[in-house]
Amino acid sequence: MKIKLLAFGIAREIFGASSIEIELPGNTVADLKFSLEALYPKLKALASYLVAVNNEYAAGDLVLDIRDEVAIIPPVSGG
Amino acid sequence: MNQALEVQACIDWVMTPESGGIDVFIGTVRNATKGKQVIRLEFEAYEPMASKEMEKIAAQAFEKWPVQKLLVHHRVGVLEVGEIPVIIAVSCAHRDAAFEACRFVIDTLKQTVPIWKKEVFEDGETWVAAHP
Repeated sequence: MKIKLLAFGIAREIFGASSIEIELPGNTVADLKFSLEALYPKLKALASYLVAVNNEYAAGDLVLDIRDEVAIIPPVSGG
Repeated sequence: MNQALEVQACIDWVMTPESGGIDVFIGTVRNATKGKQVIRLEFEAYEPMASKEMEKIAAQAFEKWPVQKLLVHHRVGVLEVGEIPVIIAVSCAHRDAAFEACRFVIDTLKQTVPIWKKEVFEDGETWVAAHP
């Protein structure tokens, strides 16, 4: 399945764009992270990063739908 | 999130006749980090989710303490030294709850709200907290 991703902060810089499309062999958040890390190894150097689905932090076993709004959330640093 | 934050307006907004104390946290842009001079900060947010997460934090504060009114305002964009990226104001009947709720809101905001800051130095820039 093809998923569109929004990216912020250092993730946007790693992808070189504020949104990208990625072809996934699987359909879970964990599958997405696995594919992304293969394409963008710099993600593995981050302190951590999370995936948000429809504006909520998502666990690895969440199943993605092509209509979901999916965002890559590197370590937050507001305040 | 793009407009300058007015401290007095925030205080006025949380004030109620029942309030006995208002606690205000004002985050300001510091001119140095780890001994290195900071020129400016650049903030970025995933705005719809950031609003949602801030609302969740406020709801938790209302559950935990007898809060009367609570305001959280965070900027995005470029902020110079001395400017205000974040204001939290909390009104309660008594001070203990106001202090505790205010601290809870800023501490939790820093952990969960999808907002990012980049520190810009003379010779480079860093996304804060990005790397271990």
